Amino acid sequence: MTKGSPISPSLMAHKAPAAADAVKTKDVAASVSSVVDGLSPVIGPNNIVPPTEMTGSQAVVRSLEELGVDDVFGLPGGAILPTYDPLMDSAKINHVLVRHEQGAGHAAQGYAMVTGRAGVCIATSGPGATNLVTAIADAHMDSVPMVAITGQVSSAVIGSDAFQEADIVGITMPVTKHSYLVTKAQEIPRVLAEAFHIATTGRPGPVLVDITKDAQQSMMSFSWPPKIDIPGYRTVVRGHSKQVREAAKLIAAAERPVFYVGGGVIKAHASQELRELAELVGAPVVTTLMARGVFPDSHPQHVGMPGMHGSVSAVTALQQADLLITLGARFDDRVTGVLSTFAPGAKVIHADIDPAEISKNRTADVPIVGSVKEIIPELADACRERFAAEGTPDLSAWWAMLDRLRETYPLGFSEPDDGLVAPQQVIQRIGELTGPEAVYVAGVGQHQMWSAQFIKYERPHAWLNSGGLGTMGYSVPAAMGAKVGNPDRVVWAIDGDGCFQMTNQELATCRLNNIPIKVAVINNSSLGMVRQWQTLFYDGRYSNTDLNTGHDTVRVPDFVKMADAYDCVGLRCERVEDIDATIQQALAINDRPVVIDFVVSPNAMVWPMVPSGVSNDLIQIARDMTPVWEEED
Amino acid sequence: MARHTLSVLVEDVPGVLTRVASLFARRAFNIHSLAVGPTEADGFSRITVVVEAEGDLLEQVTKQLNKLVNVIKIVELVPETSVQRDHILVKVRADAATRLQVTQAADLFRASVVDVSTDSLVVEATGTADKLEALLAVLEPFGIREIVQSGTLAIGRGSRSMSDRALRSA
Repeated sequence: MTKGSPISPSLMAHKAPAAADAVKTKDVAASVSSVVDGLSPVIGPNNIVPPTEMTGSQAVVRSLEELGVDDVFGLPGGAILPTYDPLMDSAKINHVLVRHEQGAGHAAQGYAMVTGRAGVCIATSGPGATNLVTAIADAHMDSVPMVAITGQVSSAVIGSDAFQEADIVGITMPVTKHSYLVTKAQEIPRVLAEAFHIATTGRPGPVLVDITKDAQQSMMSFSWPPKIDIPGYRTVVRGHSKQVREAAKLIAAAERPVFYVGGGVIKAHASQELRELAELVGAPVVTTLMARGVFPDSHPQHVGMPGMHGSVSAVTALQQADLLITLGARFDDRVTGVLSTFAPGAKVIHADIDPAEISKNRTADVPIVGSVKEIIPELADACRERFAAEGTPDLSAWWAMLDRLRETYPLGFSEPDDGLVAPQQVIQRIGELTGPEAVYVAGVGQHQMWSAQFIKYERPHAWLNSGGLGTMGYSVPAAMGAKVGNPDRVVWAIDGDGCFQMTNQELATCRLNNIPIKVAVINNSSLGMVRQWQTLFYDGRYSNTDLNTGHDTVRVPDFVKMADAYDCVGLRCERVEDIDATIQQALAINDRPVVIDFVVSPNAMVWPMVPSGVSNDLIQIARDMTPVWEEED
Repeated sequence: MARHTLSVLVEDVPGVLTRVASLFARRAFNIHSLAVGPTEADGFSRITVVVEAEGDLLEQVTKQLNKLVNVIKIVELVPETSVQRDHILVKVRADAATRLQVTQAADLFRASVVDVSTDSLVVEATGTADKLEALLAVLEPFGIREIVQSGTLAIGRGSRSMSDRALRSA
């Protein structure tokens, strides 16, 4: 380093070891407590394999085996064909043949979300690879560990617009955590080991490995473990102890603190730690869309989901807080509403493993870079010390107000005016009859919000959805991946009639590979969330949102017939009194996928709602109805 | 908006410049100038990038750059403790009547004339952005035909090197 000054110490936290006084990596590890660096062990069972001659494609399969991969999702094609040959002989890797590459991508995400391990998807070059892009972007937005392996045309013809050539590394650059173009067989084991390391450590994310056909076909010398060398990749795991003490000081002094908990706590497997800290402090907890289940819904300190469709108690808790204890969350615009009016009186403690999230949207008063798995227990210790000296903070006035809100404005729904079934009731009953041990996977739209609101989540990794990207069509393939990862759990895909039509071809995959998911199509015969906005903001002009799948329509397609065509069980439920029996019937079938066509009212809307572009203070509990505030600041 | 000069030490691998440039595009950061070249260490390049950003945004730029796996280290070089130079080639209209005036102007800026034809000169100059702007202002009245300019190059003053510590641990 020259006399040029590094931007600021807190800024450089991510690479502080290298930037500040790093001499050797080991010294760095000692001085910054614990650092996952580029030299950390390769994941997997860590077998030692002496040099063995094989082809590049054999090396791909062997590397995946050595990395401990059990299941992969993919679809072959010209440029990845060499790799599919040795894959056929692998006794360790179960390959699930999908019907569309997007399905492979979302399946890998679903698999990763329930297991915490990297999901793997494989596709060929060109269109195979571009079909993965949506899933890769989705994984990037929701920090899902995923490795996407694509075939590429031979290195000799790259750039010549060869058949099925696409620059997938270039195309996915903005939506991957990292990517590799591999043109030499010898690099395959190292690159795959690095890809899994990068995908699963730090803030997880998708890594693309694009392997040319000639690299797959040429001979190489395989040995394991490969030497990983990623000098530019270091993740700070342990929070700065001074910052942690500073956070405890704020917590001890706060009168209206709130735990604002995001998906990072699920990714870090820190729900137990969170519970201990929350109970110690006694403050209310809100769990974001990505964090549902990380803190039990039944816990008395849980006040709900924040955001555009959050509960009144959760939204108000954030708005009126004097301290946000932000753990693995990122102040997404769907949570904050108009940023300048979000939680105006609150100081912010922000703990996240990604330094770039800290002060990106909302300036943090106490930033803590590191894994919440490490930070939360340390924060609990620091709080205990503080409380021992100064007493546990008295939050009874704060709770009195929040309890009043919870009582006055519980989540609920009214019966639709058209006599059709309320979709909320269907979703609520699915949750109640199936229980918290199941996995619930939603698509995107109204049914997603109702699933987040009306199913009670008691454990992490039970709720999957496309939060950041909002990908319609996520549900069925992600549920498929979740079922492969958690074969002993009941897996519900709660989908919309719009979403379902985007990826339902994976029913064939599920049927043929014995992946008995249950699909509840919440069929309101329309693109419901868009329709809701048209109702509220476009004078009820329903431009292109009618899908003709529901009550009193031509029913194209007929979801029961479609299920039948896929040799799945197709059920239809159109009356309130049949809801429970239909769900029970579906729960009793475990030898094949079940699709239930729940015909529901198109007029039901998601409430509460903070209209776009206004402050969260203007939350509406029903159309043009705002809560009566007792104590506004 | 304020300009900041960042020195970014990166692995010299295919696509690294694209990654850096595409990050700036995706995050809507403004690049004022960019210069890339090899360093004293094999396998590493150094990108000098001048960005237009205020405090918080600059912090975001740096943090986002740091997230790129191929980026080793980032340092902001401030004018007081660094040497910053731009390089420019200017083709100026100059016939027999004005040639002497143009060359004298170039001399005043310690610029050199590197090509002469009957009706033009090419002036080469190195200096801070301010100095080159002043040079261009002086040459302007003669008629500037063409300008080509490098990105800013910057290096810290004193004996320490940006890359040695960062790379020893690599």
